Amino acid sequence: MTLRMAWRNLWRNSRRTMVILTAVAVGVFSMIFIGALMAGVGEQMIRTSIATLVGSLQIHQHGYRDDPVVENTMEDPSEPQAALASVRMPDARWSRRVRVSAVAGNARHSAGVSLVGIEPEREAAVSFIGGAVTEGRGLSPGDPYGILVGRALVGTFETRVGRKLVLMSQAADGEMASRAFTIAGVFRAELEATEKQFVFVSLAAAQEMLGLGEGVSEIAVLLPDGADPDPVARALAAALPERYEILTWRELLPMLTAYIEMNDTFTAIWYLVVFIAMGFGIINTLLMAVFERMREFGLMRALGMTPGGIVREVLVESGLLLAIGMAAGNALAVAAVAAIGENGIDLSAFAAGVEYAGMPRVIYPALSFAGALEANLTVWVLGLIVSLYPALKAARITPVSAMARV
Amino acid sequence: MDMVICRDVVKTYQQGRISVPALRGISLSIEKGEFAALAGPSGSGKTTILNLMGGLDAPDAGEIIVDGRHFDRMSAAGLAELRLHRIGFVFQAYNLIPVLSALENVEYVMLLQGVPARDRRERARAVLDEVGLSGMYDRRPPELSGGQQQRVAVARAIAAEPSIVLADEPTANLDSKNGISLLEIMKEMNEKKEVTFIFSTHDERVMEYARRLVMIRDGRVADDVRK
Repeated sequence: MTLRMAWRNLWRNSRRTMVILTAVAVGVFSMIFIGALMAGVGEQMIRTSIATLVGSLQIHQHGYRDDPVVENTMEDPSEPQAALASVRMPDARWSRRVRVSAVAGNARHSAGVSLVGIEPEREAAVSFIGGAVTEGRGLSPGDPYGILVGRALVGTFETRVGRKLVLMSQAADGEMASRAFTIAGVFRAELEATEKQFVFVSLAAAQEMLGLGEGVSEIAVLLPDGADPDPVARALAAALPERYEILTWRELLPMLTAYIEMNDTFTAIWYLVVFIAMGFGIINTLLMAVFERMREFGLMRALGMTPGGIVREVLVESGLLLAIGMAAGNALAVAAVAAIGENGIDLSAFAAGVEYAGMPRVIYPALSFAGALEANLTVWVLGLIVSLYPALKAARITPVSAMARV
Repeated sequence: MDMVICRDVVKTYQQGRISVPALRGISLSIEKGEFAALAGPSGSGKTTILNLMGGLDAPDAGEIIVDGRHFDRMSAAGLAELRLHRIGFVFQAYNLIPVLSALENVEYVMLLQGVPARDRRERARAVLDEVGLSGMYDRRPPELSGGQQQRVAVARAIAAEPSIVLADEPTANLDSKNGISLLEIMKEMNEKKEVTFIFSTHDERVMEYARRLVMIRDGRVADDVRK
């Protein structure tokens, strides 16, 4: 009967109840939806970064990360390759690379770039480059003179597929090495900066140009979506001598890791701001409802209800209000995420701004059970806590003073 | 056996800086099964003494014993427990819970007592039938007349099987026909169920129904007549 009474009491002033229900529903909706958008941005940034030559984790010669020069390459990658084979990583992909700083130039332009020597077939399964070539063709294994150049660099260099591009870099012997390549294909990337920074040649061509023999700069490993790279990193570290360094994407991308943590903090602050606004509405509504019914609470006390019973009565009413508002807010959020989930929110109009912030051009919300649960628990727990104030006010009334009210 | 004993009960209300004495040392005892009226003009202290007998308020001095329980030795929770199980109330302004139907209003006290749902429904229906409200179980207070609402209030007081029912001017808001009808019901309950009834009134027609008439004037017992 308590629940029935609470339900009927809610609708004694239906307009007021609808107003506060709308406030709770909109609040919960915004908490879940904005949370999903922020999580979506974070997830996409991680995915894009991982696909942009970072991978889930990388194996280097110790010192390479601090000074990524040709001297710090792994002379013989067979040892880490054997370790990768021994560590059981279902559905993991890996690829060897040579990566050095270089100068790219043609007749009219030159620019600093990162020269990446890749194994085209393996690399396609590890990074974005496999599906990013939009003009020309991809690299073939061992391709001696083919080079893939980003669309933005092609624009800057006023060049095109089939034209020459000369790369210069320091070779293993300390001398300057240079080689003329032919632009085999042009690639597109999520960020324009990526298109300007990287040029890709075959691993064999890079090793030959730099005199590395079988040496590679890094081995990038891509784990299936959502897999935690830490256990694999620990297993590899245990299987390899100390001269190798294993770094996960979190260590390779400290700025992104910090951004994700900041994202979580912003979400928590957002939850709090929304709740404070909502909380005042809940307190106000319940206080009005309680003051209107002081005589009834007095009657209940006179009939033998304890103050605790009155608190429970008001909290049940508040809980019902919150539950209905939360159900509506959740339904709205799920509907909104489903509606924009397919095409996302296109921020291309602000491309320069979002790229500067390192954000994707199209945001896809990522609705997670944990995120939705967090928002709902925030509203539910804090909602009941703030409801205690009017509930205690109602419980403190004495029967005689309450019944004396007109 | 005395159901209610009041000894030298004093109660003074404070209205700003002015002290208003409501009871100036009332001594009174009501026996089990009595049908007693506390009569007197407005402001004589009838409602105050009923509130004190019901444990809704505390006296400034004196002693109140109801059903063998000394109020001055009881906590607020103990008094609430006593009200729940031993005392029924009927108020002048009906005081039903507006969102509950007649049946649910009668069930309400039994719900607080922890009576199982089926039992309390059966008892509530039976008592509503006894007060002449069969077929009106599902009506909410706004759908009932004043007389019918007061009958629901009596049914609510009786259904919880109390030792005593305290009724504060139960007929004051009713016309004479409904007032007399309500008194007939209360008297019938008093005789059938042997529940002690104490009610306040300033209506002479109502006083005629009482088997004992305690006249209160200026916070004191002015007269005490057993018929």
